[in-house]
Amino acid sequence: MATSAAAIEPKETTAAITVSYEHPRIVRLAHWLNAVALVVMVGSGLRIFRAFPSFGPKIPQQDLIDIPRQITIGGWLGGALQWHFTFMWIFVGSGLMYVIYQLATGHWRQALFTPRDIKGVWPMVRHYFLFGPKPAVDAAYNPLQKLAYTSTIFFGVMSTLTGMVLYKPAQFWWLAWPMGGFHFARIWHFAAMCGFVAFIPGHLIMVALHGWNNFYSMITGWKRDPEYLS
Amino acid sequence: MSDDHPDKQHRVGENEPQQAEPQSQREPQPEQPDSSQQPEEKVAAAAPGAGPAGEPVRVVDQTERKRMNRRELLKLVPVLAVGAFAIPKFRQPLLDEGLHFSDWASGKLFGRHRLAQTFANSDVVPFERFPYNFYDVPDPGVDLEKWTLTVQGLVQRPGEYKLEQIQALPKIVQNTRHVCVEGWDVIGNFGGARASDFLRLIGADTSARFLEAQCADGYYESIDMETMLHPQTLFCYEMYGKPLDRGHGAPLRLQMPTKLGYKQAKYLDTIRVTNVLQADKRGYWEDQGYSWYGGL
Repeated sequence: MATSAAAIEPKETTAAITVSYEHPRIVRLAHWLNAVALVVMVGSGLRIFRAFPSFGPKIPQQDLIDIPRQITIGGWLGGALQWHFTFMWIFVGSGLMYVIYQLATGHWRQALFTPRDIKGVWPMVRHYFLFGPKPAVDAAYNPLQKLAYTSTIFFGVMSTLTGMVLYKPAQFWWLAWPMGGFHFARIWHFAAMCGFVAFIPGHLIMVALHGWNNFYSMITGWKRDPEYLS
Repeated sequence: MSDDHPDKQHRVGENEPQQAEPQSQREPQPEQPDSSQQPEEKVAAAAPGAGPAGEPVRVVDQTERKRMNRRELLKLVPVLAVGAFAIPKFRQPLLDEGLHFSDWASGKLFGRHRLAQTFANSDVVPFERFPYNFYDVPDPGVDLEKWTLTVQGLVQRPGEYKLEQIQALPKIVQNTRHVCVEGWDVIGNFGGARASDFLRLIGADTSARFLEAQCADGYYESIDMETMLHPQTLFCYEMYGKPLDRGHGAPLRLQMPTKLGYKQAKYLDTIRVTNVLQADKRGYWEDQGYSWYGGL
């Protein structure tokens, strides 16, 4: 039996596959928990906003937008608050898990957008959207990716801090001060949500463009035939 | 992973040279013929090196790749736990737990001596722009002449209390923010007696957990004792220097800048100090799914 197995195996092993461990477990776990939590937070947040769709006074009330019920989560204000106040822990927890991991491992250097990356953004945009030549990239992430990923961390921190002010204004009044007060905290909270909503389509388009193999690496961590080794 | 394994066993063997250890040290040796791929992998993996970010790179066969993927997939199982929210049977109990946890955390965050922000008179919204909020009728028709507050429960002096008795206590006037769960807020001017003073007057057991409030319009509320003892929690009988009008809860309402609007019961009729809340008497909105703590 052993010999027959050995006779077959070499044929299979000749099809050697190069795999690269791109995304550690913590990063993948944080990514998917956060993805689910983000959808719930946006959906329930829009339902909460629907109860008072204005940034102005109650009297006189001027509604800014009529958010379609269909894109919201929770059914009514109380239900939406239950979703929001449950998933906020998952959202913040997974975010912290990622940030702490990145800091502890030093991986943050790969993903953090710094002033040095500014000049590289436009060539990447030209490449992706205007059929420009592909710039040479020798780092884990290109400048446009760094900008996108760093933005999400920024939006995450922003939505968390403004959310704390909205949830507990009497306890965190000092946190409201740099935001311009309680009213502005609500505007910034909404703006952070808009930032996430703007990020998601771009992110999904890029995932689709880079194919199944790339997507798969965010699930198992292993990427088959990574382009940087070919 | 499998490359680490023999190393670890060696290290254990060196540190604790006991009889059991050499066995584990010996184990890899008979296995070597089986795991003949391992040296191959090492050589092959060394050739391509690592990714630009130092990603570990390996060269494997299809079987090994599938095994690796399956193992990594299992590490994401915690994500499936979130999927329980998609199951109708589990959804509401889980959301109740989530809200309960948030309420618990809110209670921990609350400081009895941490004051809510107060504001200058120039920040106070004009009286006409302070909204009237009610759940049934703006005026339940309280007979203000004959009105008394009924005091029950864990108190030394239960009974009927007149408004004058409450007004005889030191009067507190404060400009504080009234925040509605809907998302709007107004800064108003409120006057009344400290709830803690009135609780002392009635001889309330302040080690009890809750204060229940029954209102003339059928509305009902319950408040944690910590908040009732907060120095800014008032039995409020004045707004903007005038007696409470009927729409704002005449003659007496709760005013707590550390709670959301729906906790600030109006047209108070009966209060009861208690350690036990009935499941369907936690509060009008709370019984329908709003946060019970409702803290700011």
